[in-house]
Amino acid sequence: MTADRAGQAEPEDASPSPGTPSPSKNTGPGKTTVPPAEIRAIPVRHYGRYLAALVVLALVVLFVNALASADLQWSALGEFLFDDQVLEGAKNTLLVSILAMAMGLVLGIVLAVMRMSKNPVTSSVAWGYIWFFRGTPVYVQLLLWFNLGLIFPVLNLGPIYKNEMTDVMTPFMAALLGLGLNEAAYMAEICRAGIQSVDEGQTEASQALGMTSAQNMRRIVLPQAMKVIVPPTGNEFINLLKTSSLCAVVMFEELLRKAQNIGNTSGSVVELLLVATVWYLAITTVFSIGQYYLERRYARGTSRQLPDTPWQKVRRNLFTWHDRRPAREGEHA
Amino acid sequence: MTPMVRAEQVHKSFGPVEVLKGIDLQVAPEEVFCLVGPSGSGKSTFLRCINHLEEINAGRLYVDGTLVGYRQQGEKLYELRDREVAAQRRDIGMVFQRFNLFPHMTAAGNVMEAPVRVKKESKSAARERAVTLLDRVGLGDKRDSYPAQLSGGQQQRVAIARALAMEPKLMLFDEPTSALDPELVGEVLDVMRDLASEGMTMIVVTHEMGFAREVGDSLVFMDDGVVVESGHPREVLGNPQHERTRSFLSKVL
Repeated sequence: MTADRAGQAEPEDASPSPGTPSPSKNTGPGKTTVPPAEIRAIPVRHYGRYLAALVVLALVVLFVNALASADLQWSALGEFLFDDQVLEGAKNTLLVSILAMAMGLVLGIVLAVMRMSKNPVTSSVAWGYIWFFRGTPVYVQLLLWFNLGLIFPVLNLGPIYKNEMTDVMTPFMAALLGLGLNEAAYMAEICRAGIQSVDEGQTEASQALGMTSAQNMRRIVLPQAMKVIVPPTGNEFINLLKTSSLCAVVMFEELLRKAQNIGNTSGSVVELLLVATVWYLAITTVFSIGQYYLERRYARGTSRQLPDTPWQKVRRNLFTWHDRRPAREGEHA
Repeated sequence: MTPMVRAEQVHKSFGPVEVLKGIDLQVAPEEVFCLVGPSGSGKSTFLRCINHLEEINAGRLYVDGTLVGYRQQGEKLYELRDREVAAQRRDIGMVFQRFNLFPHMTAAGNVMEAPVRVKKESKSAARERAVTLLDRVGLGDKRDSYPAQLSGGQQQRVAIARALAMEPKLMLFDEPTSALDPELVGEVLDVMRDLASEGMTMIVVTHEMGFAREVGDSLVFMDDGVVVESGHPREVLGNPQHERTRSFLSKVL
């Protein structure tokens, strides 16, 4: 029936008569069928959007205008961006952040496992650690480590090691301990959430195969927990990188402290702060990109197809940018 | 001949709820032993007690003559260490209702994991055997697929290959086809049928009465934590003696 009607349809039908089921290619053998005309409707005009765009653009123009009229020496900005001192500071910032993160990650996994252990002593110690280091400001913790020499003048580890505390607790050590131990408390909670997110059936399966608890944790649970652990860890790292600017208070020569030193002596205070800003942004951007690919790596096996990389997305969008018509038959597949 | 599994008055409680109320049964080597019963009757729990995924509260459970989960010296029972329990489980394969494949490993990776980690086989030898086993369950061409890329029936067949890779003397099947689309049940049952014909000792918790009748050597009907009726599958299914068995079978057959 459908085929008959469709076969008689006029070629100039811009809109199929209402009630006619849309004919498909295979409706009848030997009959010519006409596909329904594409919908060419006039899109709704979103006047509110135009207005909002105008307002925002106006604000951006005002902001750029203000910047242009500011008493900023743009040349100083360019001059100090790759200054040796600034580069040294950026290097120190990166170094202390990466080491503190590594420390936080390792200690965090240990604390998470302790916290989930059946042993009441280890689990309460882990709880206490997290309670203390999450409950006090990093700023205070940094100062506490830096001034440890005031209450323990000598670090005495029995026969293994003995030295003046001031020699041990350098600005770098204080920064590393302050950031790393604090980070461990946060990482412990992230790791615990990740480990608990893995289905219990996984542990049962590995136990049934005769694997020990340690093998189960290392080979089966942790690799799957990584999918949950990696995204917040990326955020933690970026936070840590920015928090490392607090290490200026313990005399650690990181990016901000270096920038401020130069700014104070050369008089270009704001210019140097902007130099630091650019560096912080550059470093966090690089790590955000790295985080994206790391997440993609750990999504392996959990979804049938990995999501596109940004570059793949751009290429696909370029080809389909203007194609806003509804997908035609055959394009769904 | 020592029975492959011997249960003596096995009791198991979860908190105040008594799930197993004294199970006595024996499974002979090379036997296909089917456990049927309504959900909540304790059949899956009993299966999980056999490889000590659950601890029993009273009674004794032996696999191939060895006490499961404990060591007895005189009158005293000693709990086994993690490592010792793991060693006991090596010889007992288990297939789960929801497959429980390791999603971050390929099919071959799943199969070779335990031989490499537990038996310390070389990776190349384990991989070779994994491919052979996957061939045997009809999935040789899927060796590099991840579980998410496989159908339920294929996943369950990989899970069977994974259990077989440890060369077990006993295989436990916990409702292996219950999570499958009806049209995929057959391919899993075919693999189990082959396994039975090769003389593997199997304990199968199942709702597939056709499979039980055709392949099973003995069948136990459980309800409310006790064994209600047992015997040859054709007899129990064809001529049930207890009212409870009759009413259950009338609903599932």
